Amino acid sequence: MNLSLLPLLQQLVLVLAAIVLFLSFVLLAQNRLISAIHAFAWQGALVAAVTTVVAATGHIHHLYFSAALTLALKALLIPWMLHRLVRRLELERHTESLQSPTLVTMAAVALVIFSYWLVLPMIQEELTFTRNIVAISLAVVLIGLLMMVFRTQAVAQVLGFMSMENGLFLAAVSATGGMPLVVELGVAFDVLVAMVLFGVFFLQIRESIDSLDVDRLNRLRETGGDQ
Amino acid sequence: MNALTLVLLTPLLGALILGLIRPPPLAGWFNLGVSALSLAAALWLAWSVALVSDLPGDLGGPGAINGPIAGSLAGDIFGLPFRVDAFNVYLVVLTAFVALTTSVFSRPYMRYVLAIGRIGPRRLRTYHSMYQLFMFTMLVALTTDNLGVMWVAVEGATLATVLLVSLYRTPEAVEAAWKYFILCGVGIALALFGTVLTYFAAQQVISDPAAGLNWSTLYTEAGRLEPAVMRLAFVFLLVGYGTKVGLVPMHQWLPDAHSEGPTPMSAVLSGLLLNVALYAVVRLKMLVDGSLAHTDNPHLAGYLLMGFGLTSFLVAGLFLHRQRDIKRMFSYSSIEHMGLMTFGFGLGGPLATFGALLHMLVHSLTKSAIFVTVGHATHIAGTQAIEQIRGLIRTQPTVGWSLLIGVAAIAGFPPFGVFMSEFLLLTATMKTAPWFTLVLLSGLAVAFAGLFRHLHPMVYGTPPEGQQPVAANMIPVAVHLTLVLWLGLAIPAFLANWLDRATGLITGTRLL
Amino acid sequence: MDNYLTLPGWVLAVFQSCLYIALAPLLVGWVRKVKARLQNRRGAPLFQAYRDLYKLLAKEARVAHTASPLFRAAPYIVFTATWMAAATVPLLVVDLPTAAIADIIVLVGLLALARVFLALAGMDVGTAFGGMGASREMLIGALAEPAMLMAVFTLAMTAHSTNLSSVIDYHLVDGFVLRPSYLFALGGLILVAVAESGRIPIDNPTTHLELTMIHEAMLLEYSGRHLALMEWSAQIKLLLYGTLIANVFFPWGIGRGFGAAALGLGLAAVLAKLAALGAVLAVGETVLAKMRLFRAPEFLNLALLLSLLGLLSHVILEVGA
Repeated sequence: MNLSLLPLLQQLVLVLAAIVLFLSFVLLAQNRLISAIHAFAWQGALVAAVTTVVAATGHIHHLYFSAALTLALKALLIPWMLHRLVRRLELERHTESLQSPTLVTMAAVALVIFSYWLVLPMIQEELTFTRNIVAISLAVVLIGLLMMVFRTQAVAQVLGFMSMENGLFLAAVSATGGMPLVVELGVAFDVLVAMVLFGVFFLQIRESIDSLDVDRLNRLRETGGDQ
Repeated sequence: MNALTLVLLTPLLGALILGLIRPPPLAGWFNLGVSALSLAAALWLAWSVALVSDLPGDLGGPGAINGPIAGSLAGDIFGLPFRVDAFNVYLVVLTAFVALTTSVFSRPYMRYVLAIGRIGPRRLRTYHSMYQLFMFTMLVALTTDNLGVMWVAVEGATLATVLLVSLYRTPEAVEAAWKYFILCGVGIALALFGTVLTYFAAQQVISDPAAGLNWSTLYTEAGRLEPAVMRLAFVFLLVGYGTKVGLVPMHQWLPDAHSEGPTPMSAVLSGLLLNVALYAVVRLKMLVDGSLAHTDNPHLAGYLLMGFGLTSFLVAGLFLHRQRDIKRMFSYSSIEHMGLMTFGFGLGGPLATFGALLHMLVHSLTKSAIFVTVGHATHIAGTQAIEQIRGLIRTQPTVGWSLLIGVAAIAGFPPFGVFMSEFLLLTATMKTAPWFTLVLLSGLAVAFAGLFRHLHPMVYGTPPEGQQPVAANMIPVAVHLTLVLWLGLAIPAFLANWLDRATGLITGTRLL
Repeated sequence: MDNYLTLPGWVLAVFQSCLYIALAPLLVGWVRKVKARLQNRRGAPLFQAYRDLYKLLAKEARVAHTASPLFRAAPYIVFTATWMAAATVPLLVVDLPTAAIADIIVLVGLLALARVFLALAGMDVGTAFGGMGASREMLIGALAEPAMLMAVFTLAMTAHSTNLSSVIDYHLVDGFVLRPSYLFALGGLILVAVAESGRIPIDNPTTHLELTMIHEAMLLEYSGRHLALMEWSAQIKLLLYGTLIANVFFPWGIGRGFGAAALGLGLAAVLAKLAALGAVLAVGETVLAKMRLFRAPEFLNLALLLSLLGLLSHVILEVGA
């Protein structure tokens, strides 16, 4: 693929997608919750920007709507809700570092390569643009997953979950020009409800273990015969 | 389509109204009424589907290749495409039926929970409302033709049940709910990625973007879908929906959610939700099979299902032995049976598919009966720890006997229906993959031993001093177990025909 | 390519190299001036850096009696290596003979050579601060070098050449293209440049605080012309990084022929770009605070990550074969 032959707007999509990926790394390595929430909000805003650009290049009108939806939900509403919850739970100053940040970052890099390798044989030559973006989105999804595995703090896990959703939106927008509107609305609704429920759970977890460190949720284990 | 609208609208409206009803006894009765109405609507729907699919020229004689699009009822509700055929209407009826019997059980059960103060009236209201909302999401997932809507509905089912799992607000319940939420959320997110990939593949061959996610359109065009994309998509879809099926190694949430939630919830989760997720997997397998038909490895999807299914079957069978919580034990048994069904669907072929479909039915009936009985047993003993549940048959013979019969049925004793379906699955395995028969048989033996070593003292042991019987409503258990027994003795002709039609839809070949 | 090794080419190359030496103090003066303005000070005159150098050159060079000959040689070696490195970076015009004989890897190698001698000189006298500064410098170098190489390779892979001149040429021909990999490489390179030229937030060039200094710690024993040369080479290094960033990522305006117009335009363009970059640096230094030393690896890890992402996004997003 020759980049200089692509229209400028498509180049812009690539750049924005790359920054979304970078923000995933930032989220992964971010120690302060508030900064992580900000990084997540920026990621959402970028996904909305990608959606807008794709809408403009393809003249797909319903995408403008979903861009606005993404912006409202992912860049404004959910970060705001998380912010409020963090303040309510008095976690603003909470910092928590990964056990071995370098290793986790390297794992994330490996995931990027893995997702490219996964997508590589999949799509024919003429669709390289799409394929490359799908690889990036898949990487964002997998890094979100990685974040949920390595973060033990409930809010950070939720951020990982939501950034997975960002990756999915990116894939849907860039590979397929957006899912049908009903589906997108349904997904957005589910995400919103999930966010509200997460909020409820933060309070419940806090009430039951007096902390949001999910590692301490360990009462339910496979009990061995000798215990 | 009126029947379908009624099927979907009843639980939705029920959920809304139940969210408003304050007095607990009334809500319990209303919940029961809504469920009964849903069942009536589901039966009406089944009847209309039966009328349609019996039209001449459609499903021909044995061995005929049938278009799955024919013989189904299609229609739009609020612009969303729905399609009902023999396969999903079968699950719709099963869902509505188990929902009804469970609501019969749940009414006194939840009243008891309220009486001993584990929950307050507000949470009971949440419980009833979510119960119907959960039914609604499952019914939408079953009947919709749009893969995206199906995803939304399955995710909705998670959202509706997650608050129910944490209903008791104990640290364990909150932990179980959090695990359930996170694991299923992640799994279902991967399934959405698979859906996006499917849509992407569809866009290359289907011109109408709105129809690109419609299962029926995709199925007719399946042969033209890019195999490489569909292969990758299916892996994501299988992992995603497989998490909800409870396939090993994504099963971690299942025992926790079952053991910590209220017992009626365990019954419907085990009996229904797992089925719905498996239904999604089977539908998607049909697409992938169509797409991969002309590649080097046309049965890839089947092999994947067989692999995951067999692993779940064996691992869950082994885990049965080391359980100390009665509900956890039976949830592992659910994983085991879901594994067996997954294996059956993966095996493909009319016989295995017929067996798996039948197994879905008998497992749902038996497992929900068992959970209902277990609910009473835990109230008698006041705990879920297997070690402390003793001598049920002396304290309350009905509960003891029901547990004994239920476990005998689920372990695959003749003459119960589970034996029939397992026998069919084994026969099919013997035909296509003989070596696996041995593995399956040993797995069944291991699971059998695991269940009975815990069961024996619970039923026959000496009851602790002062163990009192509780007010139990054994009607649902009796109905379920009678049905399972009946299915084991003789499958009625209409049901055989129905299952056969579903088999024809899935495999393209009819058995009878 | 034939006009590479012509006489005018060589003359220009020598001229350009001399320009590096001449302009380096000016850039430092400019950054200081802007910084002073931002802090509501008047600041020293723009040409103060020249006066300082002149003053140092005029003074007698005193050498500690524990110093070995290496200590005396080091300033010359460091200065020459840095100067040579700078000569390979096109300042005014592409296609110079210096570009034909040296590529990016030589550039990195020459800078490493300078660093090694700087560190050796720091340790030579045997004072505590010298050794401490040297070890810190090597720590930063060890982290920054891979990041820089990776960033530079991203450029090289795009242009299919490790030659800086060809890289710039490639972009001029290609026109304006948005490249995600360049964005990351630029980010990575800026971080490396900040770290390598000892600016805030890694090192503070204006203080001699024992616990935090890195670069200055190695120079404590130097005086007179030796010190002048060391300071001067640090200034050249800053200019080198500035030019590298300005001319590779924003190549527009650089001369493509040896004519007077092209050269004049090239000079004007590069001065404007450097002025802008210097201003950005000054703003950055005003806004940010110096990091604790043990956070420097984090900073450089970020640079490494950016460069790595640059490389990956080049492979994934731009080549996609």
